[in-house]
Amino acid sequence: MRHRTMWLSALVALTLVVSAAWGTAAFAQDKPRRGGELVFVVPSEPPSYDAHQEETFGLIHPTAPHYNTLMRVDPFDKTGTKPVGDLAESWNISKDGLIYTFKLHKGVKFHDGSEMTSKDVKASYDRIIFPPPGIKSLRKDAYAAVEVVEAPDPYTVRFRLKYAESSMLLNLASPWNWIYKADILAKDQHWYETHIMGTGPFTFVEHIKGSEWVGKRNPNYWDKGKPYLDGYRALFVKSSAQQVAAVRAGRAHIQFRSFSPPERDQLVSALGDKITVQESPWDCLNFVSMHHEKKPFDDKRVRRALSLALDRYEGSKNLSKITLVKDVGGIQVPGTPYATPPAELEKLAGYGHDIAANRAEARRLLKEAGVPDGFSFTFKNRGIPHPYEPLGIWLIDQWRQIGLNVKQEIVEASAYHPMLKRGDFEVAMDFQCGFIVEPDLDLARFVSHSDANYGKHKDKEIDELYRKQSRAADPEERKKYVRALEKRLLDDEAHVIYTLQWHRIIAHSSKVKGWTITPSHYLNNQLDTVWLTE
Amino acid sequence: MWKYLLKRFLLMFPTLFGVAVVTFFLIRVIPGDVVELRLAGDRGSVSDDLLRQERARFGLDQPIWKQFVVWTTGVARLDFGTSMWTGSPIWDEIKLRFALSLQVALMATVIAVLLALPLGVLAALKQDTWVDYAVRIFSIAGLAMPSFWLGIVFILAFLIIFRWLPPMVYTPFWVNPWQNMLQLIWPALAVGYRYSAVATRMTRSAMLEVLREDYVRTARAKGLVQRLILVRHALKNAMLPVVTVVALEFAFLIGGLVVTEQVFNLNGIGLLLVQAVSHRDYTLIQALVMLVAGIFIVVNFMMDAMYAWLDPRIRYR
Repeated sequence: MRHRTMWLSALVALTLVVSAAWGTAAFAQDKPRRGGELVFVVPSEPPSYDAHQEETFGLIHPTAPHYNTLMRVDPFDKTGTKPVGDLAESWNISKDGLIYTFKLHKGVKFHDGSEMTSKDVKASYDRIIFPPPGIKSLRKDAYAAVEVVEAPDPYTVRFRLKYAESSMLLNLASPWNWIYKADILAKDQHWYETHIMGTGPFTFVEHIKGSEWVGKRNPNYWDKGKPYLDGYRALFVKSSAQQVAAVRAGRAHIQFRSFSPPERDQLVSALGDKITVQESPWDCLNFVSMHHEKKPFDDKRVRRALSLALDRYEGSKNLSKITLVKDVGGIQVPGTPYATPPAELEKLAGYGHDIAANRAEARRLLKEAGVPDGFSFTFKNRGIPHPYEPLGIWLIDQWRQIGLNVKQEIVEASAYHPMLKRGDFEVAMDFQCGFIVEPDLDLARFVSHSDANYGKHKDKEIDELYRKQSRAADPEERKKYVRALEKRLLDDEAHVIYTLQWHRIIAHSSKVKGWTITPSHYLNNQLDTVWLTE
Repeated sequence: MWKYLLKRFLLMFPTLFGVAVVTFFLIRVIPGDVVELRLAGDRGSVSDDLLRQERARFGLDQPIWKQFVVWTTGVARLDFGTSMWTGSPIWDEIKLRFALSLQVALMATVIAVLLALPLGVLAALKQDTWVDYAVRIFSIAGLAMPSFWLGIVFILAFLIIFRWLPPMVYTPFWVNPWQNMLQLIWPALAVGYRYSAVATRMTRSAMLEVLREDYVRTARAKGLVQRLILVRHALKNAMLPVVTVVALEFAFLIGGLVVTEQVFNLNGIGLLLVQAVSHRDYTLIQALVMLVAGIFIVVNFMMDAMYAWLDPRIRYR
């Protein structure tokens, strides 16, 4: 009996030891590991090195690891809408929403060893919000509410606003607003176009034009223990077949923009569990602009009919197999705070599930508008394979179902924006990609006086709703304005026609850990949280 | 001889000027400009003020004749300006890519010549035998297969069979010869094979023609050994058309390997030119076209000089 008890005790002890060891091993799997070089492919290359003046992921992917921003978007938040501090240790917003005060981390050093203080944050934001002559700031309009940026002491930055704006905090987490060194800016505002000098987790090693960008671990990084990687190498690879081949052959771990569904499938079938796939709705969208000064698109019944003709749900099912689109969404990315709830979405023109009823309504509207037998028009599309071309073909097919005769004209990508700007179209594919899902940023282009209002609609109600949602302090109140704007834009007036939300697919080596997909390919490129299992 | 060469040399300059005029004006006919493309980015919108400001910075708001004068004055001083897309000096954009393209062109030429000369001569000597047929099949296959296709086959074979891919980053030969060769030997083989096919056929037909000439028959009748007949009398005279083909193909390779460069992710001149056109980077396009045209013109000049050496009748004309 005593013998049996002893054996049992030994067994229990052994089980406990094994379990503990197993637990430790499992924990070790999730615990960041130091070392290694992350290699990623970038389909584009930086024009200049100055993020305040640029607008391409080709810059942000290889260079973001050299910099910090005041705030950042939580690298582990899948919606990409949660602001957290980067150089800001804490912050405070006055009750009237007019003063934002940020306390900065102490002991933050630039890569040249000098200390980063509020003077540098102020100089960087002054350059973005009030650009000096000769400096272009692509995002200054997003800070129109800011009256002044102050640096009352070395570790405090204060933004005084002319009016309260609900997007301000998130806007200050923009991945483009790198903090530059004030002394350098004071000497030469153009220095950062050709040089790198930040406070980020990786220091600059070299940029071989057309070939690669190399960064190495910043040993004096202020966020102790980070980064985990010894360095990183960004390879510039334009061809998507080569990008896939690079990941497949182990020459690269990841590509941070997106692969297409067939490319994802190809990698998964070739590499099995050596590949990890992360997917997310993408804050990029193709929508159809109709020129409001050209007949019959001046008639909202015609515009509504064009939207009603689209079977978005069936389109989503089929197109998502071949190209970069998937979700049926409204004016905000599905799954984000201001996204349209499905029940409300279905009430918008062309979003109901009964496609026969939608198309019957479309035909009725065309009849009412005096074009009962349909009409012919030219649809201009951008000469980019994905997702423009499949989407264009799908749209034409859908419009034919209500008796419209549509001719597609492909315009070379380089000539596309000038064509839109000239208004040289009847109906054209328009596009937008955001860096943070935020109504202020995503909807500004639909305001009547916007430079990007290519369809040239004039709608005071939309202008007013945009202003109201932007200044609403209460999120629930803001949602109401956003929904009202959406109804006006996509339903009542159908100024534009939203197609399908882009869908982001990151198929990466399973060795890569600590990186979370977000709806924006401009976010989460600092690489401070990323590590490699081997 | 020197008068002939001087005349050829001086002719290079008006040709280059003609290229400059055509390139400068033609590129501006294409819709779209670098400023809009760069500023519109992924958002697809940019204010008119910003567009005006940037166009003024690049001098694009000036009358076109003035832009041309400014540019040609710079070119005369060998200053091609800065890239409108990156803001870097043109030479910084081109130098590494030029080194890579030049190396691929040289390697492909060496491969082509090493294959073409012996095979072409052999085929001519063994005309209508199985050797001739084998060489003809080999060269026709080379002509029929585009280099980029052969490149894709290489890549797929490496990837599927060996799970390997050639290095994706260019390492100069003097830094690491092994890495350099691992990357460049495959495109050089793919391109060199097609190139050799053209040269093989040209060598074969030129040799066949020369071998039937009276002076070769006379040499044989004199009892000269076959090797001397071939090398001293036949091959040198058969080389004129072969030199033309090899030289022109070499010049083409510097800027014309766009698809092959894409297949192997080579950071070469051809791909840079395509990118420059899609960015409407006027200064870079102009510089690249001038570079490629300059290479063609210099190669032509060298070809003329070689003609004069190979065929004395030319220099006395």
